[in-house]
Amino acid sequence: MLEKNIYLPYLMRIEKIIQEAPGVRTFRLKFINEEDENEFHYRTGQFGEYSVMGAGESTFCIASSPTRKGFIECTFRQSGRVTAALAGCEEGSIIGFRGPYGNVFPIESWHDRNILFIAGGIALPPMRSVIWNVLDLRGRYKNITILYGARTVADLVYKDELMEWGRRDDVRLITTVDPGGDTPDWKGEVGFVPAILEKIAPPGENSIAVVCGPPIMIRLTFPVLEKLGFAEDHIYTTLENRMKCGFGKCGRCNIGSTYVCKDGPVFTYGQLKQMPDEF
Amino acid sequence: MENYIIQNGSLENLFDALVAGGKTMIAPRLKNGKILFGKVESFSEISQDFIQTAQSAKEAFFPRTEKLFGYTCSKNKIVLEDVDPEMFPEVILWGIRPCDAKSLVPLKKIFNWDTGDQIFNRRVEKTTVISFSCQQSDEFCFCTSAGGGPGSTEGSDILFTVMGTDGYMAEVLSEKGKQILDLNSGLFSKAESHTNKDQFLAAIPVRFSREEVSKKLASYFDSGIWENQSLRCMGCGACAFVCPSCACFDIQDESHGNRGTRLRCWDSCGFSLFTQHTSGHNPREKQSQRWRQRLLHKFAYMPERLSVYGCTGCGRCSRACPVDMNILQHLISIQEVDHA
Repeated sequence: MLEKNIYLPYLMRIEKIIQEAPGVRTFRLKFINEEDENEFHYRTGQFGEYSVMGAGESTFCIASSPTRKGFIECTFRQSGRVTAALAGCEEGSIIGFRGPYGNVFPIESWHDRNILFIAGGIALPPMRSVIWNVLDLRGRYKNITILYGARTVADLVYKDELMEWGRRDDVRLITTVDPGGDTPDWKGEVGFVPAILEKIAPPGENSIAVVCGPPIMIRLTFPVLEKLGFAEDHIYTTLENRMKCGFGKCGRCNIGSTYVCKDGPVFTYGQLKQMPDEF
Repeated sequence: MENYIIQNGSLENLFDALVAGGKTMIAPRLKNGKILFGKVESFSEISQDFIQTAQSAKEAFFPRTEKLFGYTCSKNKIVLEDVDPEMFPEVILWGIRPCDAKSLVPLKKIFNWDTGDQIFNRRVEKTTVISFSCQQSDEFCFCTSAGGGPGSTEGSDILFTVMGTDGYMAEVLSEKGKQILDLNSGLFSKAESHTNKDQFLAAIPVRFSREEVSKKLASYFDSGIWENQSLRCMGCGACAFVCPSCACFDIQDESHGNRGTRLRCWDSCGFSLFTQHTSGHNPREKQSQRWRQRLLHKFAYMPERLSVYGCTGCGRCSRACPVDMNILQHLISIQEVDHA
């Protein structure tokens, strides 16, 4: 009998916990069972269901790049019941993981183009996988720009990686915090992401943009990108809706007849425009 | 497949033979003043005279709470215990209505959309559906508008139609049905070729065209119709719980000490928490948006994505609704009035 229990998670050991920002943690997870590790393959943009036995499951993107083998990483903010239970885990603890689910960022079709990543707050984690994936294949892409904003300096996640990207001469990194969110020694920009985007004005021609952030940021960023000449089918985002199953059965993540779990989570701005207003 | 006749008095013999064969018999019986499906051991327990059971028969394939797996946690170790589909009972669903049998079609599509749901599929495999066509209906029934009918065979392994004192016509519709026939061949005789069940079926007029409704719904997303239709909806979710085709579910853990179970439980798009994000943001924050999801899912999204409608016209949602929202009236109104 080939069919398996699709709800049974892989067991993963938390190898490393990184405190990213207040309430925000990254877990590096390793498969307990070597066979599981060998059969597991994912591509950038996909997500999974992470669980603590007794607390339930929660949906996040895989935040690591498939170019980095032997582990997966996820980053989450403690906000509900399951994330509170995850936050209570220590290095060495075991959690459940189901996945990978959903579609991917089509990075093969981005070769020889400029890539602009725009993220706000806790939305950098869903983009971190594709950023590292592209950086690990750096030669295939032209200019790479990362624009990342958060409310305050403390809310910026992946601070070590931001420093690393900032040091590289093949990446242009612009960080910004909301007005009032800066500290005396802050050297980045101050202002909202769409305004900073207008200021740095990267060219839209032969360029891909990947945007992820709170709904208000996304709504105000898309028109700026269009003004800069980015084609609507070259602007990507990744959506997160409440989910239970991850494979189109539990019935709650749809926007009209589009299922975020199966048709997404990665969509182009062109696709979003076709969907009914149910975000 | 061929049609057979079983004499009125022999139906009980067939039932007894199936029980003796060790299968679990689930049939409509009177419990606490309601006709509900449940385990029966003798033929006399079965209710015969009813239009529709209060609950649908889907629980046989999709229990309202069901174990997905078990877990035991100890220090730095978790042991998962998979469900063993071999332990699922061999069930005979006896006396279900054609609209409930037909709901197996959308349920199978949902649970096999690209990814096969082993737990659901094994339950279906272990269930034999013996349905009985309808001789009576009420004002809530609309199977004939939902692509079925009082003698619809979809989803059934055997369909019986009572022909007065001339016995029951038995339509044997699948391998599972044929096995029952072969094991009990002495009880059946071949039906004459001119035997026609239609005259013995309830007359249920077609009230709307679901294809037309579906086509119209595509442009009704932003219509004011949803607000109007759902003004009195309280979001109690009863419609989803009695529906034979509703399959939306939640996944929850239940622990006792260091052991526990991950469960799948029925859920409803009518509940305000159904789509609410952890942040508090809710893509369907108003009841009218949730009502729209209910109708569009069944009559637009499922036809588009799964080539099947998510409604068989059993009418239970209208019967169960505490504020008398009538889905049939709403569907007719969608067809007849331009709400765009």
